Amino acid sequence: MSSTPEKLLFELSTPGARAVDLPDSDVPDAPLDVTYAAVMDLPLPEIGQLDLVRHYTHLSHRNFSVDDNFYPLGSCTMKYNPKVNEWAAALPGFSNLHPLQDTRDAQGALALLYHLRLFLQEISGLDEVCIQPCAGAHGEWTALKVIRAYFKDHGQPGRRIILAPDTAHGTNPASCAMCGAGVITIKSRPDGLTDLDDLRAHLNDEVAAIMVTNPNTVGRFDRHIADMAKLVHDAGAFLYLDGANMNAILGIARPGDFGADIMHFNTHKTFSTPHGCGGPGAGPIAVRESLAPYLPVPQVVRTANCQQPDANYSWDFDRPKSIGKVRSFWGQFGVLVRAYAYIRALGPQGLRNVSETAVLAANYIAQRIKHVYPLPFGPKEDEPMAANPCAHEFITVPRAVIDRGVTIMDIAKSLIDRGIHPPTVHFPIHDCLMVEPTETESKATLDAFADALLAIAEQSEKDPAPLKEAPAHQPVRRLDEVGAARKPVLRWEPAVA
Amino acid sequence: MDYVQITPAQREQMLKAVGAASMEDLLRQVPDELRLHRPLDIPSPLDELSLRSHLGDLSSKNRSTDCQVCFLGAGAYDHFIPAVVDDLAMKGEFLTAYTPYQAEASQGSLQAFFEYQTMICQLTGMEVSNASLYEGATALAEAAMMALNVTGKREIVVSRGVHPHYRQVLRTYLSDLPAIYSEVPLKNGLTDSQYLETELEEDTAAVIVQSPNFLGHIERVDTIGKFAHANGSLCIQSFNPISLGILKRPGQLEVDIATAEGQPLGIPLQFGGPYLGIFTCKSQFVRKMPGRLVGQTVDTEGRRAFCLTLQTREQHIRREKATSNVCTNQGLLALRASVYLAAMGPKGLRQAAQLCYNKAQYMAARLQAAGLSLKYPAAPFFNELCVQLKRPVDEIIRQAHAQHILPGYPIGKDYPELSDCLLVAVTEKRTRAEIDRLVEVLK
Repeated sequence: MSSTPEKLLFELSTPGARAVDLPDSDVPDAPLDVTYAAVMDLPLPEIGQLDLVRHYTHLSHRNFSVDDNFYPLGSCTMKYNPKVNEWAAALPGFSNLHPLQDTRDAQGALALLYHLRLFLQEISGLDEVCIQPCAGAHGEWTALKVIRAYFKDHGQPGRRIILAPDTAHGTNPASCAMCGAGVITIKSRPDGLTDLDDLRAHLNDEVAAIMVTNPNTVGRFDRHIADMAKLVHDAGAFLYLDGANMNAILGIARPGDFGADIMHFNTHKTFSTPHGCGGPGAGPIAVRESLAPYLPVPQVVRTANCQQPDANYSWDFDRPKSIGKVRSFWGQFGVLVRAYAYIRALGPQGLRNVSETAVLAANYIAQRIKHVYPLPFGPKEDEPMAANPCAHEFITVPRAVIDRGVTIMDIAKSLIDRGIHPPTVHFPIHDCLMVEPTETESKATLDAFADALLAIAEQSEKDPAPLKEAPAHQPVRRLDEVGAARKPVLRWEPAVA
Repeated sequence: MDYVQITPAQREQMLKAVGAASMEDLLRQVPDELRLHRPLDIPSPLDELSLRSHLGDLSSKNRSTDCQVCFLGAGAYDHFIPAVVDDLAMKGEFLTAYTPYQAEASQGSLQAFFEYQTMICQLTGMEVSNASLYEGATALAEAAMMALNVTGKREIVVSRGVHPHYRQVLRTYLSDLPAIYSEVPLKNGLTDSQYLETELEEDTAAVIVQSPNFLGHIERVDTIGKFAHANGSLCIQSFNPISLGILKRPGQLEVDIATAEGQPLGIPLQFGGPYLGIFTCKSQFVRKMPGRLVGQTVDTEGRRAFCLTLQTREQHIRREKATSNVCTNQGLLALRASVYLAAMGPKGLRQAAQLCYNKAQYMAARLQAAGLSLKYPAAPFFNELCVQLKRPVDEIIRQAHAQHILPGYPIGKDYPELSDCLLVAVTEKRTRAEIDRLVEVLK
């Protein structure tokens, strides 16, 4: 990480400098009516190509990334992003294909999407996948619209309530609100699983669905999921699965088999598509047959067409019960190419090994630290992790360390100084670290992380002061985030002379 | 290849460390009756060489704009992408970074987004830009949702000149909410502003107009904005970012919220996504905005630094009371647009826009000289126009295809009254010779 401050592009701007050139006009210059014409040039920065390259190179040195750092970030699945997937997405036949070209020109792209659809159907154990949603939250929203359309079509428009456990991701209730649905929170039991009695008490003929994450956000596979599904189905509602934690169960269990009716995937978590500083993601959804007629248009399909024998794959717009379109064009194609390449590289054995190794890595870290960083939902203190294992992630509440006056944020910032991205903090419960190592890290990296956490705990015993000061070796120290929100400065402005 | 680095020997060692006799000991929280008792039915794994061969085959089954001359636009455009954009935006440090929640470990991407927000404001003349949304249609839908929230009114009035996909997406977003979607007709290729003068309701939250509109024509956005404001409604414009190299900016046109598909700014066509949702508005609405915002602040030593800010609007804090459910932005695409805008600069963007405009004018003149007519000759256009054909549209597209030309979009699919028309787009990449060839085919 570089600690040399980097000027803003605007401070590097030199009038007259240029980074690229364009051809001269080979047709006559045409005048534009003054009613519509801009009167002056845009106030954009002017910068030469080398300085532009150096600017972004410097910025890249002021960033953590999976290519550079370990990210044990719970529920985010920051696994390695294979380089061959980038190569694939950049192939000219994929990257330069216009979305409105005739499907005859796009058979390779459509075949890829169609087969990805089949793979996700098989992995989910559900009947039909829609590859269109832009991200996980967009998938949630799309799925809730599908459920809503189902109930309207079945004469039950009054079902507008969505139940969500108190450990749900924040996008779950926010997606409900965007669909005009009310949200009721269901309690968790002391062991971190959903309280079925509380669920039963809230089920009635106004409930459309319950949204659950399984394994849940405290790293527990809810063994009562089938009972939960039965309760929900008996009440005439659907079980929605937030697929954020699919990395724990690939090839081991399928949502469709354990009672889910509808779910979303996060390709940027489970299927290794890069996070890109916060996007693009993709959030395909999978549904049971009864919900399929309501999926967004169009659907990618394979047809036997004797008039166009070469055109096997096409878009099906003829879905009269569809909720309509949820985005322009067809989906996050470039992201889906990477997800497809990943699934093809791994195959069935590979995907199962992903989940087994992810679970092993999480348990291994937990085992190494739990005497100092106890697991509220783990084995007893003197028992090994195998006595009550976690899934692919776990939460720890390091009460002893906190009692020495060290906050969770101090631990997080101290990890940054050790070159490790902090785990998720304060979610789903206060004062917790949520650790998800993923399957792609080496044993040496897992050990280094455990060592770092133990060293921080040790430091807290000796002298917590340096932890309170962390990070000390990064481009910046801790920030005044309150000041940033109180008087927002959201863009650079030239100094007034 | 499963990209797992833990060796079989280490696996055994780790199992032993956690007190497990086998992997099964760790998986037993998944009850047996809920398990999949067979391998997934998906194809066997491919080594990298075989994978590349397979993907190369799939890619070569597409006839992309690489091997055809592209006059197809309709919301996604074949613009020039400087090599620096690909190179810089694909750096692993950006590609594989997470959302910048931990500011001290993310100053690079945070500064890049702050610069993005600034350049989008410079481009649009608007006061605030967020750090981006998914793509053009959902950005416009978020604008409509924000207008409902800001005004407390219920109706969204949408010009029929707005991209048909965007209008469909708006309908999907607004259904199930206490909201009403209605459309303003077009008159001679432009939004019927007379209708706006007389038909707006008290309950109208916003008027949505696209300029240049789907037919390619430049709208009188300022007039439309005046009618909207006179009615106590907001004016939302969906714009084409390249066009702002020569056209008046939304910030000068009585616009309250301006959104765009950012794909023309250095983002490859890639069959429709991922693209970039540009979202800007007046600063008075900042606390109602959807999506990520990066702000400038200082660290404990007084150094300039950047962080995500106003997060109390967002889902991870506010849950069902958030301004939107949006979690991610389109970080990497915002980065591409930033590098593009900085590389082009004011001169480059003006030149690109002027080239588009010049070539569209040239094409219009050549079409008319060849005996074809523009559908709405009186309406000004930027880089796209509706040409009326003398033969069936399908037949002409087929003939052009045989000559490796994508001649345009058969707009009759969305506007039945234009079933004899083709929507033709030009960019700075098209040459005079290519335009001449197109005119020959369309004759």
